Amino acid sequence: MALPVYADPLERVWYYTYHAICVAIFVFLIAPILIVMPLSFNAEPYFTFTTKMLTFDPSGYSLRWYDLLLTFGMVAPDAARDSSWWADVWQNATWVRAAKNSVIIGFWSTILATSLGTLAALGLARPEMPYRRLIMAVLISPMIVPIIIIATGLFFFYSSPCGIVGMDCGRLTSTYTGVVMAHATLGIPFVIITVTATLIGFDQSLSRAAASLGASPSRTFFKVVLPLILPGVVSGALFAFVTSFDEVVAVLFIAGPEQQTIPRQMWNGIREQISPAILSVATILVLISIALLATVELLRRRSERIRGVTPQ
Amino acid sequence: MTDVPPLLTTADGRPLKAALASAQGRARRKAFYLVAPLLLFVVFSFILPIGQMLHRSIYHDGFSSTAPNLSAWFAANPSGTEPDEAAFAALAADLAEMKKNKTAGEAATRINYTVSATRSLFTATARKADKLQPPFKEALLAEDAKWGEPVIWQAMRAASNPYTTDFYLIATDRARGADGGIEQVPENERIYLWLFGKTFILSGLITFICLILAFPIAHLLATLPMAKSNLLMILVLLPFWTSLLVRTTSWIVLLQGQGVVNNILVSLGMIGEDGRITMIYNQTGTIIVMTHILLPFMVLPLYSVMRTIKPSYARAARSLGATSWTTFRRIYLPQTLPGIGAGALLVFILAVGYYITPALVGGADGQLISNLIQFHMSKSNWSLAAALSGMLLVGVLLLYWLYDRLVGIDKLKLG
Repeated sequence: MALPVYADPLERVWYYTYHAICVAIFVFLIAPILIVMPLSFNAEPYFTFTTKMLTFDPSGYSLRWYDLLLTFGMVAPDAARDSSWWADVWQNATWVRAAKNSVIIGFWSTILATSLGTLAALGLARPEMPYRRLIMAVLISPMIVPIIIIATGLFFFYSSPCGIVGMDCGRLTSTYTGVVMAHATLGIPFVIITVTATLIGFDQSLSRAAASLGASPSRTFFKVVLPLILPGVVSGALFAFVTSFDEVVAVLFIAGPEQQTIPRQMWNGIREQISPAILSVATILVLISIALLATVELLRRRSERIRGVTPQ
Repeated sequence: MTDVPPLLTTADGRPLKAALASAQGRARRKAFYLVAPLLLFVVFSFILPIGQMLHRSIYHDGFSSTAPNLSAWFAANPSGTEPDEAAFAALAADLAEMKKNKTAGEAATRINYTVSATRSLFTATARKADKLQPPFKEALLAEDAKWGEPVIWQAMRAASNPYTTDFYLIATDRARGADGGIEQVPENERIYLWLFGKTFILSGLITFICLILAFPIAHLLATLPMAKSNLLMILVLLPFWTSLLVRTTSWIVLLQGQGVVNNILVSLGMIGEDGRITMIYNQTGTIIVMTHILLPFMVLPLYSVMRTIKPSYARAARSLGATSWTTFRRIYLPQTLPGIGAGALLVFILAVGYYITPALVGGADGQLISNLIQFHMSKSNWSLAAALSGMLLVGVLLLYWLYDRLVGIDKLKLG
């Protein structure tokens, strides 16, 4: 928005003020995310910049908090760093185990949410779909209903051994299955939203053409529909993964000590004794989210290009 | 027009209308089968659990299951009957049973919800229950004169039915009076409605701050050339994609007493070493951090509406002599209203149910209703937690319905 030539002095002043305000708001948005990065290299156990850090003295910086992520919870952290030391890290280090749990739970809940969600979005996109509005509202609601209510409900539901169904299938609290199901539920709205958005631009006559040429419905789906909606499916999957990767309340309520995830571990760290090790975890997570954001943006542009939608 | 047209049929001789109807039915079923697996999954992992939890808010068998004899007496005698010897005998039998099964605490907890300070009445009497001799009325009254109080009997009668509205009464700061009528609890004990009010007011405030902050940057993003605005958009989307706990941690680092902001202010000489501002672990902390977390949800819908506003309207207004302020107020602002509505409703809905941020940075006075639900869960006041959840859920679903009516959930966009 350039300043028009006919602007009077007051408008000129406002124009520059307005841009200054915008810069301030962008700083408000982004500064908290960037500030943790340099602080995670602090050589001292403080949460603020030391004089040495401000003068760029190398001795003010260190990797000790990243090292702590590996050694914390190990059986023999001071042993020589050979292959058995690394095996110890892999087996026992608290943060490494949390990371493994996060990835496992995130992976399976993403698979579950994406496969069921994509299928449902295909159905919802059909004009013949009955009760479309109501079903859509139900499927999006896990995003809207406060997480504490979902977690409370799941806690009771999982504690009673399949209470309502009357089957004996064991308790789901403190199991991976329980956490995966909870996280998949939370990820479903994102898959529905992104895949539905992709399907709006999808030309239904393409699948009719495939059918008229003799392709079976599943062949039509895998050879014609899926390649075209893939960008939407993948970004939905990424959203579902991030939702699971960042979820802490359901884990607090239904997970046991075996299913501690990274956010759960951070929650402990923030509530009990906050150490700069949290900042090094935070830095790693920010880098992951930058990578995910870049992927989603690339996918969005690719999807627009495939569908011939000009970016607006 | 007088000729009856021959019935249109398909090639195999079926009436066309019937064939069409069955084909449409088939198409509807096919579409539904695609959705069915997910719907089934959501029913089991979302709807049934919440329904079962809400059932707890009207169902509590802590007393009715531990005092079957007395419950039977209540069922046989209408409300208002003076407790006779049979009633006291039933009570004594139940207390003896409670002692055996160690369930006096459960029964006491249920009664304690409606009449406070009755816990020890049950546990102490139950301890001596097998030594009680008939006549039971005198024996029990000798044990504790409270057994003769009508309030206790009224509470026990109410609790003998596991279905109750008591928890919704508690959650709305009301109680049954001595005459059985519903009245408000004393002023200094009203906490729940007050906290609901506070949650809604704080959410409204956060929504308003989000709107004030989102409006200028959404406008800037919408009016800049595409390449530049895509770059700046990253600054909005990155927080959106960053872990909630990371953002909360960063704000603790920035705002705490020895944190970055206070250190900068001290080194600039704006505040003294002992004048460090408390910006976190209180209500201010909750507001700042929640505003930061919810801001992208306001920017994105505003941006997508502002992109569609043609600059020519504003230029036309200017050329007709309107000042820039009038142009903004009369031409631009009304066109952004759909975006404002969508963003504000979404942010408000998300803010009302927020749990993590207030729990981590809210301190004592920055807690919201979700945190109270969690508190009662941790104290095993499950029915009360369920009643509070039920009320919160109704509020959120009303807002959700409003959002669907005004904006449409299929307009929800992510990034």
